[in-house]
Amino acid sequence: MNNITRRNTLQLISAGLIASASYSILPRKAAAAGTITVLNWQGYGTDEAWSIKAFQEATGIEVVHDYYSSEAEMLTKLRTNPGAYDLVVLNAARCAQAMAEDLIAPIDYSKVPNISSVAENLRANVNFNKDGKGYAVPWVWGLTALAMREGLPKADSYAVLGDPTYKGRVALQDDAVGVIAAAALLTGQDMNNPKDLDLVKETLKGFKQNVKLLWSTEDQWNKSFAAKEFDVAMYWSGGSVRSKRVSKLPVDFVVPKEGGIGWVDGLGIPASAPNMEGAHAFANWMIDPKFYVEWATKVGAPASSNVAAMEALPADDLSRQIHKPEYIATMSIMSALPDDRREAFNNLWQEVKAYYAE
Amino acid sequence: MRSDSLLNEAVRGPSGPRKHRMLPSWVATTALLLPTYAWLTLAVLLPLLTMLVFSFMSATPMGKAPITFTLKHYRAFIDQPYLLNIGWTSLVIGFWTTLLCAIFGFLAAVALARATVGRMRETLLILILLPFWTNGLVRVFSWTMVLRENGFLDNVLHMFFADAGSISFLYSRYAIVLGLVHGYLPYMILTCYIALVTIDDAIIEAAASLGARWWTILFRILIPMATPGLISGAVLTFVPVIGSFMEPRILGGKVGVTMGTVIEDQFTQAFNWPLGAALSFTLLAVVLAIFATFSGVLRRGAAA
Repeated sequence: MNNITRRNTLQLISAGLIASASYSILPRKAAAAGTITVLNWQGYGTDEAWSIKAFQEATGIEVVHDYYSSEAEMLTKLRTNPGAYDLVVLNAARCAQAMAEDLIAPIDYSKVPNISSVAENLRANVNFNKDGKGYAVPWVWGLTALAMREGLPKADSYAVLGDPTYKGRVALQDDAVGVIAAAALLTGQDMNNPKDLDLVKETLKGFKQNVKLLWSTEDQWNKSFAAKEFDVAMYWSGGSVRSKRVSKLPVDFVVPKEGGIGWVDGLGIPASAPNMEGAHAFANWMIDPKFYVEWATKVGAPASSNVAAMEALPADDLSRQIHKPEYIATMSIMSALPDDRREAFNNLWQEVKAYYAE
Repeated sequence: MRSDSLLNEAVRGPSGPRKHRMLPSWVATTALLLPTYAWLTLAVLLPLLTMLVFSFMSATPMGKAPITFTLKHYRAFIDQPYLLNIGWTSLVIGFWTTLLCAIFGFLAAVALARATVGRMRETLLILILLPFWTNGLVRVFSWTMVLRENGFLDNVLHMFFADAGSISFLYSRYAIVLGLVHGYLPYMILTCYIALVTIDDAIIEAAASLGARWWTILFRILIPMATPGLISGAVLTFVPVIGSFMEPRILGGKVGVTMGTVIEDQFTQAFNWPLGAALSFTLLAVVLAIFATFSGVLRRGAAA
């Protein structure tokens, strides 16, 4: 008797364990059909609450987010967490890298109807395409140039970063590629492949007396600018719009004669994405003029890759004023860097930072 | 047979049969230690070993790049000589942080151990431990609000001297050391406190009755007898401080470049794990070399 009871108890326990295990698995699967996970910078378009709500009402798909604080971290997350993300925001330069490592899958443009009015030169960008297939939906573009405190004479060259007038009043971005691009443009070189890296290094070292701060996030930039820690900085065009509109900071966005450091962000779908269908739908939503106009006018956004969306903006819009069409002509677009050059860039910047710290 | 068992009994004595059934003592020792060592292997040795293997690879073993064995990352200090300066900076920051922690931590521990009793002492101990309960990042960020231009410190100064300039020292080595001292002081206070409470009051009373002044008591009795606490506190502070990256990055601005931030950059920004791992092990070797150099002092101190 005693034995049977014990066996029964064991059966009951194991049955209970199996039941609870399958119960905890099943709802997760069911939820996955209506959920997509987006990997992006925090506060960068995809995670606007009103848009997520409207998207869920329109399609029934819930959007959740995970964030990265550097593009390298984004690639690390894609490499180390397969199956965790459905849509990833990636810069053209990093897109080529992700594409080469098969981290992202080709886009099915038939599921992204808004692609028809996207600027052709952005869609055909070499960094977004491999073997005749597109691997990312071009989303927004913008440029990195200079931001100055309002009232200061507008600089016409990156040389202002080393101008003794601004001793201790300059902030640079803590990003090897960005600062090297500025120094390369200043010395008349190709920013994606500068021939004379020593000249770039000496140019950057020449900014030492001026550099007060190396910033890494937009939030840090805004807080430090508001605390009057610097007057001149390398900054993003879209960030300037947000700083002016949201934080009411007296920022002038200035594109010097050497041209801006252009970038294009695309929406890529990880090869391991559990919900590709939903990811395509959200990518289409992101380049829709209706979403874009609301995003650009309510919050402030970089220029949309969708021509129809840019034309839908009011003429006095800050974003439309800052992203002047003529800047596209002078700006250089960042492309992918081979590993050895990237390592050389990183080592160069590490050395320059060590020199600044001395 | 019979004589055999009789002999056994004679040798073993009355407790013989019970012992016979027991396992040899080493089995029990091993069984008791096994969970500890298994955990240490899993949580410390294996990750360290993985990093050691990484440090000999030519590229981070993710993605499709072919991996080969290389020693080049251990040549970093020769190929990139500016790293020597950064390493030196880290050691200097570690030295000052440890020294300041030792001075303030020891004094605070003396005050706690000698000048307080009962409920009061418990409350003060909890107040010292309290910062441990808040996130370190929050504490460091609040220092930026205190130290920045027109921050809390400047505002307090201007309340008394309206036209005084700014005394902000955010984005300097001093700010980094301040943040680190604040973060690691509790370790020093606790280790010194534990060493100090064990000192018998009678020894100090004897010294005082023989005419010793307070500085004689401090330097001839308290400090020598609390040396084990000071040394373990110093080790607990120095080792994490020279690898710290959060405080230098947030409080240091452009001067916040230390071995910690360089290694962190290799792991997050440059995605060069092998170089980051090699730098970490080089740093570990330097720390061990420093401890080996002072091992005589440390052993004498710990035995005292």
